[in-house]
Amino acid sequence: MTDATSSGASPTTKHATSLLAADDRTRRRNAAEARFRGYGVAAIVVAIMALVGLVSSILYNGSSAFFQTFITLEVYLDPAKLDKKGTGDPEEIRKVTTFGYAPLIVASFEKLAEEDGIAVDGLTAKKAAALISKEGAADLRRYVRADVNRVGQTVEFKFLASGRIDGYYKGRVTMESAEIDNNISPEQLQLADQLKEAGLLKTSWNWGFLTMADASENRPEAAGLGVAILGSFYMMIIVLCLTLPIGVAASIYLEEFAPKNRFTDLVEVNISNLAAVPSIVFGILGLSIFINFAGLPQSAPIVGGLVLTLMTLPTIIIATRASLKAVPPSIRDAALGVGASRMQAVFHHVLPLAMPGILTGTIIGLAQALGETAPLMLIGMVAFVREYPSAPPEGFFEPAAALPVQVYNWTQRADPAFVERASGAIIVLLVFLLIMNAVAIILRRRFERRW
Amino acid sequence: MFDTQTHKDNAVESKATKIECRDCQVYYGDTHAIKDVNVDIEDKTVTAFIGPSGCGKSTFLRCLNRMNDTIDIARVMGSFKLDGEEIYDKRVDPVQLRAKVGMVFQKPNPFPKSIYDNVAYGPRIHGLARNKADLDEIVEKSLRRGAIWDEVKDRLDAPGTGLSGGQQQRLCIARAVATEPEVLLMDEPCSALDPIATAQVEELIDELRQRYSVVIVTHSMQQAARVSQKTAFFHLGNLVEFGETGQIFTNPEDPRTESYITGRIG
Repeated sequence: MTDATSSGASPTTKHATSLLAADDRTRRRNAAEARFRGYGVAAIVVAIMALVGLVSSILYNGSSAFFQTFITLEVYLDPAKLDKKGTGDPEEIRKVTTFGYAPLIVASFEKLAEEDGIAVDGLTAKKAAALISKEGAADLRRYVRADVNRVGQTVEFKFLASGRIDGYYKGRVTMESAEIDNNISPEQLQLADQLKEAGLLKTSWNWGFLTMADASENRPEAAGLGVAILGSFYMMIIVLCLTLPIGVAASIYLEEFAPKNRFTDLVEVNISNLAAVPSIVFGILGLSIFINFAGLPQSAPIVGGLVLTLMTLPTIIIATRASLKAVPPSIRDAALGVGASRMQAVFHHVLPLAMPGILTGTIIGLAQALGETAPLMLIGMVAFVREYPSAPPEGFFEPAAALPVQVYNWTQRADPAFVERASGAIIVLLVFLLIMNAVAIILRRRFERRW
Repeated sequence: MFDTQTHKDNAVESKATKIECRDCQVYYGDTHAIKDVNVDIEDKTVTAFIGPSGCGKSTFLRCLNRMNDTIDIARVMGSFKLDGEEIYDKRVDPVQLRAKVGMVFQKPNPFPKSIYDNVAYGPRIHGLARNKADLDEIVEKSLRRGAIWDEVKDRLDAPGTGLSGGQQQRLCIARAVATEPEVLLMDEPCSALDPIATAQVEELIDELRQRYSVVIVTHSMQQAARVSQKTAFFHLGNLVEFGETGQIFTNPEDPRTESYITGRIG
C-alpha cells in the first residue's frame, strides 16, 4: 500500500508490484466483472419471479377446474313418463326428449323434502331442481338409453351441480351475490348446504373436464376439453407426419447436396424469413388455399394440421440444418474416403449423429404448433363443436376444436365459471408442452453419442 | 548434371507407374493452388510430398481420389491417369475410384461405431463379403495389416472412438485397406500422434509398401526420409523437385529444395 501511494508522486514510476495489493486497473476490472455478474443475477431473478407469478396465478385460478361439485340423488325412473306404452322398446324410449327427464329430477327433490326433510321454506321442488346442472337431465337420458331395462328402477345418480352451486363452494358465489342473481337464490344455496350436510353434495375430482365436449354459455359445469384435446392431438399427428419427412429431406438436400449458388442462397434466406412470418398470415393462407381453393372442410384438423405444418417447417429445417452442420466434416471425409456415395455417407453416418438435434428441433417445433391459436381461428377451429371427431383418417376431416382456441373461446364467455375453466385448459396445455419438452430431453440424452 | 542423369536412370529402372499426372492445375475460386504439376506415382513405392504449409501438397493428394469434388469452389484440370485410365473422365464414378484409392486423414476419424463396424463398413457397402464369416475374415485381415489386431481383438464391439490416438489412426488405416485399395493416400497421418504412435504407423507404412502404392503428405522431413523411396517437394503450388528420396535429401538440384530441407524456408 505504501508503495502504491508513494508512486503516485512521480508519474513515471510503475504501479505497485506487490501481488498482495490489487492495483487500480485490476480493481476497476474486478468491479466491472462484479457489476456484470450482478446484472446477470438480477435478470435471472426477474425471469424466475415472472415464471413463478405466471405459474402460480394459473394454478390458483385453474386448478379448481379439475374439481367439480356433484349432487347424488335417488331417481325413480318412472315408466309412466319414460315408457308410456309399457313396451320396453328402446325406440319408444328414445323418443322421450331431455325435457321428459326433467320431471324425474323434480320428483326426486319432492321425495327428498318429504322423506328426509331436506327442503327450504318457500323453495318449490322445481326451483330446487335448478341446483342440478341443465346437463343433468341429458346425462340421465344417456344413462337410461344405455340400458333401457333401468326404466322402472330407482337409481342413485350423480348429477353435476349447476355452475352457480359449484361457484358457491369455490368462492365465486356468495349469499349476497345470489340475492341479485337471476340464476340463483339464497334459498337454493341454503338447500345446497343442507344437501352437503346430508352428504349428498360433494366436490370431487372431475375427469369430465378432460373428456367432455364443450358446453354452451349457461352450463359451464359441463364444459370439458375432450374435443379440443382430440383435435389438437389429430393436428399434431398430421404436423409430425408431414414436417418430419419434408423438413428433414429439405434440410439434408440443402445442407449436403445442393450446389451453393444464388438460387439456394435465395431459398435459404426465404426459409429464415418464413420462420419469422406472423402465424396469422399462415391462417389466411390456409383459409384461401386449403378451404376456398382446395375445398377442404372448415374447422377440420386436416386444415389446421396443414397450416401448422407450413408454420413449423421452417423451424424444423433450421434446427435440422444446424444439427447437420454440427456433425464434424471428418466423418463425411471418412465415409467418402472408403468409397461411400454421398447419400450413403449422409444416411449411414451424418444423419444418425444429427438425430438427437433433429428430434429436439422437431419436438420444439411441435410444441410451438400445439400452442398456436391465431391461424386456427381463421380456418374456423374457433367454432363451437359438441361432437367428438371419429377415429382417423375420417376424423381428420370432421370438425374439432383445439386446445389454445378453446382457451380463447372460454375467456370470451360471460359466466365467471369459464375463467376457471380457461385457466384449467391452460394448465392442460402447459402439461402437454412440458411432457413434449421432457421427451425431447430424454431422446437427446438417449441418442447423443460422443466422438 | 551427372546427378540428374543417375536420377533418370533410376526412374527408368524403377517399378511400373501407378498414377500418371500431367499438367495438373487446381483452382480454389480465383486462387491458383496447384500449377503445372507432373508426377508419376509408382506402384509398391512410398512417395512423400513435402513442402511448407499451404504449398498445395494436401490439395494435390486429394486430387488423386477426387476428394476435391466435395469442395464446390475447387476446379481440377489436367490429366490424372490411374493404370492408364483418366480418373477425371465423365464416365468415372468417384465412388469406385475411392474404393481403389483409399485415404487416411490427418486427424484420426473413426466412425462413432464399434471397431468391427468401422472396418466392416467399406467391405459392406462395396459388397466384398458374401457372408458373416467372410466379413469376419476381412475385418481380421485388415486389422492385422493395420497392426492393431492384437490390441483390439478382444474388444471388437468397443467403440472405435474409445481407442488412443495412435490406435485410432491405425484403425483408420485398417479401415482404408479393408476395401483392398491399390493406392493408399495419407494426409499427414502422424501429425496428431505422439512419437511412439508415429513410429508404429511408420513401420506400418513400410509394410504396406509390399502391397500398395502409398502416397504420404508430411511436414516432417525426417519422416519423409525414413519412410519414402520417392519425394516430391512442393512450394507455392509448384512441384519444385521430384526424385529419389536419398537424392532429394542429400543432393537437391533446386536451391529452394535445399533451403527448405536445411530449414531456411517453410
